[in-house]
Amino acid sequence: MCHQSVGLIQSIVEKAGIPTVSITLLREVTERVEPPRALFVDLPLGYPLGAPGDTALQTRILMSALVLLLESIPPAIVRDFVEVLH
Amino acid sequence: MAKISDLKFTYQLFMKAYLYRRVDWHPGARLKRPLREARIAVVTTAAFFMPDQPPFDTSIRGGDYSYRIIPLDTDLGTLRIAHRSDAFDISGITSDKNLALPLDRLKALADEGVIGSVAPRHFSFMGSIAAPGRLIANTAPEVARMLLEDEADGVVLTPV
Repeated sequence: MCHQSVGLIQSIVEKAGIPTVSITLLREVTERVEPPRALFVDLPLGYPLGAPGDTALQTRILMSALVLLLESIPPAIVRDFVEVLH
Repeated sequence: MAKISDLKFTYQLFMKAYLYRRVDWHPGARLKRPLREARIAVVTTAAFFMPDQPPFDTSIRGGDYSYRIIPLDTDLGTLRIAHRSDAFDISGITSDKNLALPLDRLKALADEGVIGSVAPRHFSFMGSIAAPGRLIANTAPEVARMLLEDEADGVVLTPV
């Protein structure tokens, strides 16, 4: 239910006037809650920014999310983090 | 790869039948300044809390909709976790809080001039909220107001 909660908080912050982007690990849920901008990271639940201690990967995922803030909406955006993570 | 069909069967049944909530955010907000000047804040649903804050109440029916304020100067290693969900592997965020609350990564990006600054306050919820009425009506708008007070230009949100 974390993904619904993130999408709802995100939508409320966006509505208040601040652009928002979320990480999602469960595309199915995010597509139903439909927040403004989301970056889909193809990793298990619990690992939104990649791997513990991997500062380089965490930074790349974070940057991929931050650049989505520059994108105009609507419509809502769900973008893939494009690196192969397995 | 995380899919609903990978989760425990009881969660699958619940999540497939659940009527997901939405909040209308249209028309959407725009970044008011370039990223290199923008102040960024984080909201996570990883249920982090500080040692001097009460833990999240995992017994509240429908889910604890409260939040904890995490100041920027917090030593992430001192944060504790009170998550109700056993649907995810907690070991990653236990060993490295930056995995969900990337304050050290954001500070580095600010030092490098990639972003302008890191907001003074960040926010932690416990994401397991099956009945989000009071989250939508009360606590999420409170957090939005504090983000506006802190003049955050952009917000990154992370689930677990």
